[in-house]
Amino acid sequence: MSDFEHPLLDDDAGPLVRPYTVSNGRTAPTAKLDLLSLVRSTGQLRPSQLENEHAEALLLCREPISVAEVSAHLRLPAMVIKVLLSDLVDVGAVIAQAPDPAVDPTDQTVLEALLNGLQRRL
Amino acid sequence: MAYNGDSDRSPAQQPPLPTAIKLLVAGGFGVGKTTFVAAVSEIEPLSTEETITTASIGTDDLTGVGDKVTTTVALDFGRITLDPQHILYLFGTPGQDRFWFMWNELSDGAFGAVVLADTRRLEDCFPALDFFERRGTQFIVAVNEFDTGYRYEPEEVRAALDLKPNIPIVCCDARDPRSATLVLVTLTKHLMSAAASSVR
Ligand SMILES: Nc1nc2c(ncn2[C@@H]2O[C@H](COP(=O)(O)OP(=O)(O)O)[C@@H](O)[C@H]2O)c(=O)[nH]1
Ligand SMILES: [Mg+2]
Repeated sequence: MSDFEHPLLDDDAGPLVRPYTVSNGRTAPTAKLDLLSLVRSTGQLRPSQLENEHAEALLLCREPISVAEVSAHLRLPAMVIKVLLSDLVDVGAVIAQAPDPAVDPTDQTVLEALLNGLQRRL
Repeated sequence: MAYNGDSDRSPAQQPPLPTAIKLLVAGGFGVGKTTFVAAVSEIEPLSTEETITTASIGTDDLTGVGDKVTTTVALDFGRITLDPQHILYLFGTPGQDRFWFMWNELSDGAFGAVVLADTRRLEDCFPALDFFERRGTQFIVAVNEFDTGYRYEPEEVRAALDLKPNIPIVCCDARDPRSATLVLVTLTKHLMSAAASSVR
């Protein structure tokens, strides 16, 4: 992202990362995210160093969480969340699961994990 | 100073993110998709809004710019943490025909689908069956047994839906977590055997 100034990670300086909102005119996230992309915070940035929705989104990312869940919890459309989260990826606050290689639906190891996880709930 | 202080981890040192597994629950309006998702989910079923811009159909395009229509689709979904490395997300597909375009995105990367059927109006699940057959998405049929519905034998349902013999048909109560989870177990076993036979 060319228009992004790298944040100075200074403890006392307050929020240094400006919120990039869809209303800024940007509607396409820079990181490729879909509803099921998982994100998790890296611990490199505190929520208090961010503003508003960016801080709220980062708070939700302590444990791995999907774009869809962040959208539901913040009650914002998935498209807005994709932009917010890709901002957080750009500043190194969260990592996102690379969308490729996509999970192989015929992978027996994954299917076994699915079966075992379901059967544990019966 | 970074948040982590001395334990400043580079992305490479982070534990790997879990694998997200997507399953779909499809079927006609009112068949019990939202109920099913709620019954199996470990969290309150959530809803996300996806906004899609599509070229509007049937408008005369005299300007050359093209009319864009923005549609918002609410999607219900639930989550089951299977183990530390695998999370299942279950999405209810939007039932209305005008949201057909969402189905492409939803079925991308989906492991498989449950097509819910209501014996009082079996034909409501035809669009879902057609869609998954065309996309090559593996599915099973689960008959949601409403109290007022006539109880059909699975083979009667198979005949009525013109389903291939290898596609499992089960009965369920979408309100019951155990019953709904058993449907997902049946789907998973079907996915395993389909995957095993496609290798050969
Ligand atoms: N009696 C009975 N009612 C059900 C069952 N499953 C769903 N319902 C009811 O049917 C209605 C429609 O279900 P819903 O899950 O919203 O359908 P959807 O449109 O497919 O999401 C709701 O009022 C449910 O409470 C069932 O197995 N038995
Ligand atoms: Mg519903």
